[in-house]
Amino acid sequence: MADFDTNPTSLYSIKGIVILDQDGNRVLAKYYDRTTFGTVKEQKAFEKSLFSKTSRNTSADILLLDGVTCLYRSNVDLYFYVLGSTRENELFLDATLTCLYDAVSVVLRKNVEKKALIDSMDTIMLIIDEICDEGIIMETDAQAVVQRTALKSDEVSFSDQSVSQIGFSFMKSANEQFKWSLLK
Amino acid sequence: MKTNKKDEETGGNVYAHLDKTSVLQEARAFNETPINARKCCFILSKLIYIIQQGESIGRTEATEAFFGVTKLWQSKDVSLRRMVYLAVKELAEVSDDVIIVTSSLTKDMTGREDLYRAAAIRALCKITDTGMLQTIERYMKQAIVDRNSAISSSAIVSSIHLMRKSSEVVRRWANEVQEAVSSDNHMVQYHALALLYQIRANDRLAVNKLVQKFSKNALRSPYAVCYLIRIATRCLVDDDQPDSSVFTFIESCLRHKSEMVVYEAARAIVSLPQTTPSEIQPAITALQMCCTSPKAAVRFAAVRTLNKVAMAHPNAVMSCNVDLEKFITDPNRSIATLAITTLLKTGAESSVERLMQQIAGFVNEISDEFKIVVVDAIRSLCSRYPRKHTVMMPFLAKMLRSDGSYDYKKAIVETIIAIIEENPDAKVAGLAHLCEFIEDCEHDNLSTRVLHLLGREAPKTPNPSSYIRFIYNRVILESTKVRAAAVTALAKFGAQCVDLRPSIQVLLKRCLLDSDDEVRDRATFYLKMLTEAAEGLIHNFILDGLQVSPSGLERSILDYLRSGSYSSPFDLRVVPVTQQALSQPEKRVPQLVEEEEKPKAPKVEPYAAQLAAIPQFAALGPVFKSSTRIALTESIAEYTVHMIKHTFANAMVLQFECKNTMNDQLLLDVSVELEDPDGEWETGNTVQIDKLPYGEVHSAFSLLEFPDSGAISGSLGAILKFKVMDVDPTSGEPDSDDTYEQTYVLEEVDVNVSDSVQGVAKSSFGSAWEALGDDATREETFQLSTVENIPDAVKKISEILGLVPCERSDRVPEGKTQHTVFLSGVFRGGYDVLSKATVAVDPNDNSIAMNIIIKSNEPLVADLVISAVV
Repeated sequence: MADFDTNPTSLYSIKGIVILDQDGNRVLAKYYDRTTFGTVKEQKAFEKSLFSKTSRNTSADILLLDGVTCLYRSNVDLYFYVLGSTRENELFLDATLTCLYDAVSVVLRKNVEKKALIDSMDTIMLIIDEICDEGIIMETDAQAVVQRTALKSDEVSFSDQSVSQIGFSFMKSANEQFKWSLLK
Repeated sequence: MKTNKKDEETGGNVYAHLDKTSVLQEARAFNETPINARKCCFILSKLIYIIQQGESIGRTEATEAFFGVTKLWQSKDVSLRRMVYLAVKELAEVSDDVIIVTSSLTKDMTGREDLYRAAAIRALCKITDTGMLQTIERYMKQAIVDRNSAISSSAIVSSIHLMRKSSEVVRRWANEVQEAVSSDNHMVQYHALALLYQIRANDRLAVNKLVQKFSKNALRSPYAVCYLIRIATRCLVDDDQPDSSVFTFIESCLRHKSEMVVYEAARAIVSLPQTTPSEIQPAITALQMCCTSPKAAVRFAAVRTLNKVAMAHPNAVMSCNVDLEKFITDPNRSIATLAITTLLKTGAESSVERLMQQIAGFVNEISDEFKIVVVDAIRSLCSRYPRKHTVMMPFLAKMLRSDGSYDYKKAIVETIIAIIEENPDAKVAGLAHLCEFIEDCEHDNLSTRVLHLLGREAPKTPNPSSYIRFIYNRVILESTKVRAAAVTALAKFGAQCVDLRPSIQVLLKRCLLDSDDEVRDRATFYLKMLTEAAEGLIHNFILDGLQVSPSGLERSILDYLRSGSYSSPFDLRVVPVTQQALSQPEKRVPQLVEEEEKPKAPKVEPYAAQLAAIPQFAALGPVFKSSTRIALTESIAEYTVHMIKHTFANAMVLQFECKNTMNDQLLLDVSVELEDPDGEWETGNTVQIDKLPYGEVHSAFSLLEFPDSGAISGSLGAILKFKVMDVDPTSGEPDSDDTYEQTYVLEEVDVNVSDSVQGVAKSSFGSAWEALGDDATREETFQLSTVENIPDAVKKISEILGLVPCERSDRVPEGKTQHTVFLSGVFRGGYDVLSKATVAVDPNDNSIAMNIIIKSNEPLVADLVISAVV
């Protein structure tokens, strides 16, 4: 069992990543700490408590709840949470939340709301998987995460891409044209 | 129509009401040819979703779905392939035969598609075992040093997971991991450093070298620097002679350009034990800088760390008070509450008034749970500045009158009670506020709690009669439970204040007409006691309450009934006493306490059932007292023995917990032989251990009768005796039937006066002392050579006598050169023992002198107890 709480040199520090809607219903959740959140009942109870404490406050913040450090950010009808070990440096957790939100924002073309997210559920699942592996922070660079979720180039507008990504898309497009030329 | 309604209810989330059966049905599309990538992607999302939601899928169903997923490898669609990896990881834990995808994953992890390789590595490592791991070892080593950061990080993080079950294989990749630490990518460097540390964690020297190396050659990744700080901190804590350059490195990180690193270094330094104020001050300054950050997470981290360090280094944190005061109005309530509690810990006495005014404005805006934290902080502030109770008490009283939950009110009541108990000067004001509170309290538990306190403390105030009105109002206005508590409180006034007794009797007579028998019975009982009983009985039955263990009482009554002999009445004195009265409420631990719970003292009662089950000792009656576990051997000895002394009315049973730490031996017929060189103590029945295999713990017992001479202390030699049968270390099977006898010398067994005394605190020591009379009083004066100050002397005498302090008289005010402590307990057989011990420091040579007076209701008992100190 991964050690989330006692060992200061353990890399396991993300207990869960949760996305709730404006009524506190779960949209998507991935829990990594089997000790604290081993059952769905425990997870749902925590989500309810968490939502009641965060839904009335500012759009981004941090709090301690039941021995879990919780960072959250909201937009329109979605609430994004990173649940961390209290042992972890809060700035690691904050970087993780920022990465999650920014990556989702890019994928949904800044249209961060429930319907758009549900329509791209598979991509959001991949994003969370790229950010955190079984409780270990994998990546905190949103651009890198987006790049790794294998998006087709026509799904991303140019203004959202970094220079290297533009190059990547251009190269792909050039390859396609080259193939057609050969066939002709 | 129905579908539309459902969609509306869940806000259009098609995933919210997925049905497991339907999804598994849809998963059959995986078998179709050609593969519809978009459709399958959608179905995989739903399948993964229901698994993550905790839907339980049967093993057969999961395996069937898993096989379907494996067919999707035929598709070249990149998005679909990535979803397949995700599904493999989710299904792996609940499916059989997951190894069939090993070859596909291995092909992907070594193929040309970079987007496949990273995710394939992670999926493959999730399902691999040690044997399989060796077949892909070459690919893993290549991946760890791959130039693509996603691949490298995937391999390293997967290796960190693998360390938990296949660490011997992963350790062989140390060279590649070492190389990866040089990566330019921040995450790769961080992951690689962490894995390298874990590979070497058991080698102290290697870890130190690692810290030396990387603290000199600058790591590029702030995450890696933070991790290096954690390793370095661990070195400083674990090493007996830590290298000072390690601390220098951590301190230098306070000036790092990354905020994350600065904070990590600061919290590392303040968490170190035994730091000097000059060492800690730069870290405090760094935290102070973090307090000015616009980011809530940074402010939160800083104030939370300051909150922790404020307990250990209040003076150092004081310099941050100006910044912390601004946080009282921070929009983040967690930050505001942490700031307040930190200020309450570090505030100077002169700033208490201003601080309380600021808090008063803030407290109405926060929720009850945060208010409770503030209340707990106020409690610790009152402990530090007792004279400021005049500022704190009205504040708490005002909070008590405002709206709030039961838990909130309870926290305030408990804080006021704690202040009253700790600070005699605060008693009158505190009791007055609590009286006002119960006038309009809707929580019976809190009312009874306050009434209990009034009964105990108010009679000792200068004007006890002023409280009667508040108590009697409860008899008239409240529920049965509260009325009964009020009657008990009135009785305590009558017991302690002789001049009020006639008035109390009048009030109790009125209670005889109460509608509930709980109240009437109490009133009847107390009235009879107050009108007819002698002073001693009044104290025993009204003030001190029933101080027996519930299970002990139950056992004693059952023994009495089973004996079938009712010629003599049941005697309560044979019931084992406990240090805590039955009615004493549990004290809530303040929320501010973050330290790990200290190991609890061993419970006395569990042994009683064990002893009662031994026929040889059944006739001894109930256990009067059991001691703590005492080691008779060193912990690393071949045979370890711990002793527990169980005291009965006329005998002791010594329990020897024996453990065999020799894996090639089976011990037979294990017993402990006792020998008294003076010949006073004789061993009665013994119970031996027939078999003591390796690694197991069993108990042998010996009975010791108290000597006819009346002695209650002594020192006995002890020898462990047993037969050894040699066995095979791995199987535990005997090598042969041969045995040989062996002995093992143990530490001496000491029987002390304290073994015959159970500490029981008196709620009103003065009255009990007067009630005992002077017939059985003994006095001694002597010098103490083994203690250096008054608190230690007080503690020492309490231990030697087995008595406990009363009325918190063991608290020695600072700077005192003389102090008197009140001690009380019960001698076996049910005899009261009281003691006044006055400790003084001789100003000439700073030696400690003690005068001790012991009283009992039995002269012989007083003689025996005083013998502990002569």
